[in-house]
Amino acid sequence: MYQFNVYRIGPEIKIGEIDLSFTNASLFMVISSLAVLIIFNLGSKKSSLIPNRIQLLAELSYTFVSKMISDTAGSKAKPYFSFIFSLFMFVLFCNMFGMIPYAFTVTSHIIVTFVLAAFIFIGVTVIGFIKHGFGYLKLFVPSGVPVVLLPLIVVIEVISYLSRPVSLSVRLFANMMAGHTMMKVFGGFVISLGVVGGWLPLGFSVALTGLEILVAFLQAYVFAILTCIYLNDALNLHH
Amino acid sequence: MFLKFSQITFFYFLLLSQVNGAESGGMPQLNPEFWFSQIFWLIITFGFMFVVLSKLVLPKISENLETRKAQISENIESAEKQRLESENKIKEYDKLILESKNEAKNYFNQAREKILKDVDKKRENLEKEINEEISKAEKEIEDLKNKSPDKVRKIAIETSSDLIKQVIGVDVNNSSISAIVEDISRKRN
Repeated sequence: MYQFNVYRIGPEIKIGEIDLSFTNASLFMVISSLAVLIIFNLGSKKSSLIPNRIQLLAELSYTFVSKMISDTAGSKAKPYFSFIFSLFMFVLFCNMFGMIPYAFTVTSHIIVTFVLAAFIFIGVTVIGFIKHGFGYLKLFVPSGVPVVLLPLIVVIEVISYLSRPVSLSVRLFANMMAGHTMMKVFGGFVISLGVVGGWLPLGFSVALTGLEILVAFLQAYVFAILTCIYLNDALNLHH
Repeated sequence: MFLKFSQITFFYFLLLSQVNGAESGGMPQLNPEFWFSQIFWLIITFGFMFVVLSKLVLPKISENLETRKAQISENIESAEKQRLESENKIKEYDKLILESKNEAKNYFNQAREKILKDVDKKRENLEKEINEEISKAEKEIEDLKNKSPDKVRKIAIETSSDLIKQVIGVDVNNSSISAIVEDISRKRN
């Protein structure tokens, strides 16, 4: 579990009682965000009719995210495009950088994913109330439900709504942590079984690396698309 | 062999779990020591990235995409326009070809008619001329025919008068000779 340890890099920074030191987690957040900025800045610099590779990458990502948003949340979600794009790219790059050996996986910490999820939850709720006023509470009352069942349904809906940030954050955090732990365990098997029996877990480790890269992308995608779905609930009240 | 292998595996597992247990001391994720630091740096890095992306980078990318789309649609439009134009040109060309074909046919027909007419005219002229010639010749022949008895008579008269003069040595009156000759020729006829 050493790979999940957070330790201070450089001097201790304290504001009052709160420790805001620069840590390895902070380092990888900085690296991820700078990587995103560098890649997309390079990708947007030149505007040629036939894009070069990095421009193509940037434009494909752009259209990918914008299509994802318009498919799930409709055209009303356009103002939130840059936030969801940043979110997707940040989570994706943090996940991907975590796949580099000896790197730190920012998203394998519940506090990070929870802060992101809580921010999304609060933001979506605020947007919902701004758009629909108290009508937004109709979200908890699905149409076409027998009156007898209504109290139960409303309670369930409220609980499911409130558990959104938890499920959103725990999904990402648990996926990343479990994947990395599994790889660590198989890596441990390789060492402990030695030259004789280590080949099988080594093969597993290689396969798991591929799987984890897939999961890293998939979880970033799921995180972003769930944000879109929540946003869709807030923007287009269907119930 | 297999027993020993599994034994080693088992003990290694035991060892591994002990090592893991020793180094972790619980999940580092649940240790709140650096939570605020992580939140703080998350807000800073993500916020910085979000601001730069949304203010500088993404508008540029969208602008690039828009210009490309516009350019492509413009090109498609102009291609469509040129296609229509070329189609029109082809139609025009076909029309022109048809017209010129018709014209050529007309010219040909006209020329043929003209030539036929000419030929007819010439033939007519020729026939006329030939007829004229024929009639002239016929007239001449007729004339000659008509004139020949007189001449013959004259020659006969002259010759006979000459003969008489030579034979008899007397000048005979021409009129009497001519009466005789006429008589003879009448009888002959």
